[in-house]
Amino acid sequence: MLKKITTVASVVLLSALTACSSGGGGGTAPSNGGGTITMGFAQVGAESGWRTANTKSIQDEAKAAGIDLKFSDAQQKQENQIKAIRSYIQQKVSVIAFSPVVETGWDTVLLEAKRANIPVILTDRSIDSDDTSLYKTFLGSDFVEEGRKAGDWLVANASGPTTVVELQGTTGAAPANDRKKGFEEKIAAKPDIKVVASQTGDFTRSGGKQVMEAFLKSQPKIDVVYAHNDDMGLGAIEAIKAAGKVPGKDIKIITVDAVKDGMTALANGEINFIVECNPLLGKQLMDLAKKVVAGEDVPARVVTEEGTFTQEQAKTALPQRQY
Amino acid sequence: MKNRLIWPLVALAALLLLNLVVTPSFFALRIQDGALYGGLVDVLKNGAPTLLIALGMTLVIATRGIDLSVGAVAAIAGAVSCVHIGTSDSAGTAFAGMAMALLLCALLGLWNGFLVAGMGIQPIIATLVLMTAGRGIAMLVTEGQIVTVNNSAYKQVGAGFVVLPVAILISLLVLGLVAFVTRRTALGMLIESVGVNPEASRLAGVRSGTIIWTVYVFAAVCAGIAGLMISSNVSAADANNAGLWIEMDAILAVVIGGTSLAGGRYSLTGTLLGALIIQTLTTTVYTIGVAPEVTLVFKAIVVIAVCLVQAPKARAALSFRKVAVPS
Repeated sequence: MLKKITTVASVVLLSALTACSSGGGGGTAPSNGGGTITMGFAQVGAESGWRTANTKSIQDEAKAAGIDLKFSDAQQKQENQIKAIRSYIQQKVSVIAFSPVVETGWDTVLLEAKRANIPVILTDRSIDSDDTSLYKTFLGSDFVEEGRKAGDWLVANASGPTTVVELQGTTGAAPANDRKKGFEEKIAAKPDIKVVASQTGDFTRSGGKQVMEAFLKSQPKIDVVYAHNDDMGLGAIEAIKAAGKVPGKDIKIITVDAVKDGMTALANGEINFIVECNPLLGKQLMDLAKKVVAGEDVPARVVTEEGTFTQEQAKTALPQRQY
Repeated sequence: MKNRLIWPLVALAALLLLNLVVTPSFFALRIQDGALYGGLVDVLKNGAPTLLIALGMTLVIATRGIDLSVGAVAAIAGAVSCVHIGTSDSAGTAFAGMAMALLLCALLGLWNGFLVAGMGIQPIIATLVLMTAGRGIAMLVTEGQIVTVNNSAYKQVGAGFVVLPVAILISLLVLGLVAFVTRRTALGMLIESVGVNPEASRLAGVRSGTIIWTVYVFAAVCAGIAGLMISSNVSAADANNAGLWIEMDAILAVVIGGTSLAGGRYSLTGTLLGALIIQTLTTTVYTIGVAPEVTLVFKAIVVIAVCLVQAPKARAALSFRKVAVPS
């Protein structure tokens, strides 16, 4: 509770600071030497259990690594994130890390960071820019690979003609684009599998439920639901039940993420397969931050470790699930 | 008055027709586990929260005000009740949680009323305070997590059926009550008079302050019930996304229904039509398969079209009245 209040307070303070100092300009290079590293982290929001686990991991590991973390929550809006990054530049933090809400539109603000000599690390989501010198490294999951894993499972488990409906994430977001791409890549090998409808459910349960309700009425036959995250899949389960069908049996469900609620549904047989997307990247991020600040070379792409879960595996993994 | 509602009705009919053409089964209804099941039922069920919030908004707008905080209030209501329910499956806990949530919403409405009527702050600014702060409060209550509940009584509010979805029954009940209370008593006229000129109304003996206070509390309670529906529909409280931008949908519903943002005369039937148009539009996007990339453009075009045909000049051009020719 208290931590939340301090976070809120610091965000308010930060925005006030930006407003005051915007006319200041000029300034020296960030003072990296002689002591603690300050990291400015601009989080997407707290839109899902996955994101909350991600935030917690970053906050905990920063504390453990002795890094002074300045944290802001963009509430899924790019303009908020840009504001937060600008305020970190003004405060001359030693390193900036952020998960971009959308893929495009970052060049200007990242160029400002580059001119101020502040290294930038992208976490979890990438950006779409021709200039790769704008950031040092990208730490996160390979969303295309996640889509491929989901596609592989379907190709291996589908028999005969299979109709798929897809619940996409937020339009334009990297995980939505890439999970769609990887999935399509794999199912192309089997012409029997067809995606008959695809709509955005905004990564939320209500979104997933509402879209699925509409699909159930407009599509004569649905065999498989492919949801870009667990929450939309959970919403789809509700819609399928209301239609008098059995989720996991009449309609198979594949999702990505493996948060606790999703894993519970998987263990209960309501979801058939989950591709993991690991949010606990705090430790890897802090290690990278230290290296970047020390001026060491880091690989341009660091992939987090992740696996997949079937219903049986979920039963064993569920008790130890942290998020 | 009746004339004004023709164009929203035409728009609604056109949208439904579009669905029928693309998906012939859209109007198909059947009984599934004792509940009516079909595309139209979805429109009613998912439109219920918007309708409810738009009803509160109609009265607020009629007093020349606006309430931007309703989405945040809805999120708070869902958060409070879900956190109170926790892992319990008893109906008692569910009702206690919902009562607590609605009581809190009434308090938040009092706060809005205090800022607007008590302190004389512009409504758009006064309610903006709670619009921004409210999501923070909801986040504090849920500690930033999505709170999942498994309570069969709570589930009824948003996902339950008594042949028709419980959610739409609640919304229609509230619509009936509001229509009765404001149209069968002088209250409706008093609200309109405050909207036309608060100072003149006060001098004429109308207690403007009390009326303004009342409509904000009513709007907040409506938002609270809508928040319970939204969170009950998915059995979870999502502080970040529950009721996000619903204030805009509600304002749009009121405007499509022909109520002027300048206050004064209002139409509850118009609001009902407006809310139905907005939800039908969303459902249409899903059923006819508009690509997600162009969804917003599609929605914008429909909304612009509906607003344009209602503009006085367009109405004059479209009406079939004969122009009097001097003989």
